[in-house]
Amino acid sequence: MMILNAAPAPGPWTATAMITAIVLSSTAGEVLTASAMKSIGDLDDIRAVSGMKGAIRAVVTCPRFYAGVSFLAISFFSLLFALNHLNLSLVAPASASLTLVTNAIAAKFFLKENVDRRRWTAAVLVCVGVYFLAH
Amino acid sequence: MAHHKLSAWQYTVLGLVAVSAPLGDTCLSRGMTNLPAISLAHPLSLIGAVFTPWIAIGILLLIGFFASYLTALSWADLTYVLPATAFGNVIVALFARFWLNEPISMQRWAGIALITIGVGFVAQGPSLTERPAPDSAVEDIDPANAVEEEQVR
Repeated sequence: MMILNAAPAPGPWTATAMITAIVLSSTAGEVLTASAMKSIGDLDDIRAVSGMKGAIRAVVTCPRFYAGVSFLAISFFSLLFALNHLNLSLVAPASASLTLVTNAIAAKFFLKENVDRRRWTAAVLVCVGVYFLAH
Repeated sequence: MAHHKLSAWQYTVLGLVAVSAPLGDTCLSRGMTNLPAISLAHPLSLIGAVFTPWIAIGILLLIGFFASYLTALSWADLTYVLPATAFGNVIVALFARFWLNEPISMQRWAGIALITIGVGFVAQGPSLTERPAPDSAVEDIDPANAVEEEQVR
């Protein structure tokens, strides 16, 4: 498939840059989205009181939600772009496993989540596991 | 919610988060590999890719994922929800093994084991970080009540 492409296969630095772009933008997006959802409150409770429309309104009227979605959109299009140039077996495990660790770090510092030893261990285990599974 | 024990419904939402993301990604990957190479010089061709069938199905699945993901994030920590997302890869791998009869290498079994142990670790702990000062959160949700209380005083 790559041989048919007009563009030459990207070198290791280009591949690293593509994966870094996915990891950084998705971490920023997920932390902002998580922060937005925490500021809104329990969506199931909101839906029980004011219905599905109320729950959707609560989400779409939160400015931080749009900041999160913008970064997730950047991450999504960087993923599409990278998949078009690199193999799925490289992009998927590298970005998915690295994102787990960067998110744990970001959640601790920006969301003040209690990332205890149990969660660190889990983040590392799942990170290596995702790499093994997808590679 | 006070003890951060999840209900059956909340586990269902986490299950939807786990399953819809890898299925959606698989559809996207299938759609993108069928397309000719896209260069940075023509970024608009990425928009056109959205309307091809596999990518459209993938996007629908990812919208379902996003709705359940947002719901999960409203009552659980990010570091609790993310391992659940990764567990979806295990479900898809087992699905491929026992339904599509695809072989799974030793390395992939090791990956399945590591993710399962990791998710088990997180699931044993609390789903939400205890906040020492819930007062500020209450004010954020309902400022009208707070104003009324001040007026009464």
